[in-house]
Amino acid sequence: MLEAPLSFWGGTDAVTGRIVDERHPQRGLDLRGSVLALPAGRGSSSSSSVLAEAIRAGTAPVAVLLGEPDVIIVLGAMVAAELYDRHCPVVHLPPQAYAGLPAGRLVEVVAGDVSEGRPARVSATEEVATP
Amino acid sequence: MSTVAAHQPPPRPGLELTDTEQDMRDGREGPAVALAMRIVTGLAAVVGATRLLPVTSAHIDSCLYHGQAGLDFAERLVAFDGRVAVPTTLNVGSLDLLHPELVRAGPELAGPARRLMDAYVELGATATWTCAPYQLAHRPGLGEDVAWAESNAVVFANSVLGARTDRYGDFLDICAALTARVPDAGLHRTENRRGQLVVDVRSVPSHLLGRDVTAAVLGHLVGQLAGVRVPVLHGLPAGTTEDQLKALGAAAASSGGVALFHATGITPEAPTLAAALQGGEPEDTIVVTAAMLAAARAELSTVAGGRLDAVSVGTPHFSLAEFGQLAELLAAGPPVVVDFYVSTSRFVRQQADSHGWLRVVEEAGVRVLVDTCTYITPVLAPGTRVVMTNSGKWAYYAPGNLGVQVVFGGLDECVASAREGRVVRDDRTWLAL
Repeated sequence: MLEAPLSFWGGTDAVTGRIVDERHPQRGLDLRGSVLALPAGRGSSSSSSVLAEAIRAGTAPVAVLLGEPDVIIVLGAMVAAELYDRHCPVVHLPPQAYAGLPAGRLVEVVAGDVSEGRPARVSATEEVATP
Repeated sequence: MSTVAAHQPPPRPGLELTDTEQDMRDGREGPAVALAMRIVTGLAAVVGATRLLPVTSAHIDSCLYHGQAGLDFAERLVAFDGRVAVPTTLNVGSLDLLHPELVRAGPELAGPARRLMDAYVELGATATWTCAPYQLAHRPGLGEDVAWAESNAVVFANSVLGARTDRYGDFLDICAALTARVPDAGLHRTENRRGQLVVDVRSVPSHLLGRDVTAAVLGHLVGQLAGVRVPVLHGLPAGTTEDQLKALGAAAASSGGVALFHATGITPEAPTLAAALQGGEPEDTIVVTAAMLAAARAELSTVAGGRLDAVSVGTPHFSLAEFGQLAELLAAGPPVVVDFYVSTSRFVRQQADSHGWLRVVEEAGVRVLVDTCTYITPVLAPGTRVVMTNSGKWAYYAPGNLGVQVVFGGLDECVASAREGRVVRDDRTWLAL
């Protein structure tokens, strides 16, 4: 669960998967393999490339849950799927659901598909996520 | 296991394609257009668009190297014989192709970065290599739909030119250029261009408000206040310059996600406050005080002062008017004693040359970098620790990108500091508030 919005470009390192934004309260956090709950994307339009590269390199989150819609993040995930057949579902949650996300717990994300009108499902477990 | 969200999107009409668009998607215009159309229509579904809109130009940010994925995408489009369908300009790359010696890129960066830049030229885009396409000869007009990427170009096109572009990311920019289509959504739609937040600057002292340095500071503050909303700046002086609006927008798109702002009496969709709000009520009104600006200014520096290693200006790219200002500052006085970089486009550099300003600036010891920018590619000398800039955007990103300390100041303060080799700033203007 990120405490502040994050721009993948300038804010993360696709080689290490870590947050490098000096001003981000969770600077240094490793995003690799996480289900990333992100209140909002922010800033540069280069974030799509950085996310696609992180997905290719295996340093990206396995899924992104957004508190606010962000097409820049969606694009990065779409292109990685097109090029490498590697899928990082991006789900925009309604405010109440976003607020109810259980930090640090294992979460299951079942991707939907908006073009087919199929909703995504996000389920929380009692299990604590291993860092 | 408890379900947090079975997010049920509201039922909405699907995306309708014209016959031409359907043909593109079905591959009748070739595999590059088909791939581009999959991305454009995929995004249209995500944002709930019911149709696509034609665009008249594109500005591509994807030509900056961020790793293998971007290069793989561009080279796949080239292999598919892709060709842009509308006039297309290119944002900065990772290299200065005219002065390659200025960029300290090893072969592991220079090789793929050059291949990426070449791929976009091969797709038919013009080798402009600038983050400020609005400084080029042709600019889109009021109400014109375009597909521009790069956050500062997006906010300038929407706000200052009144053209319409959403905050496009890498990849969609070239897909829009190949198909000449974007989703009818976001800031292409009039109702989404309504001002949501009024930022009232009328009580800021006039000696601060009209200054270039204040524009960047205000932008930094506005980005924090607005987030992704559309702010309306109320009370900016009538003489606010395009360069000030550039600095403001770029900073607001860095500290926040601002893709459109209005400035009453200045920007084309805001002849009045009521017009900027489209006759509605704002969600919030924030009265900016001099103390808020002083705090925002302080946030843009990571060190207060002391020894200086370098100066970097021109983020977004230096304009012709800014070259004029810099030449005037440098013409009278001693040369600079620290590395001093100006980032600009080939186009503006040539104009500055014909005005005689380029020679003045270079003779004073300044290095003029084109095609790229000092905060995205290795230009600064190894061991550079403290860098001064007049850019809110550079100040925001450079510490993370480059691992340097940053001091923010006006162009005049940058020049004064570069001559002394230590930070020279007029803090009294901001403290005595």
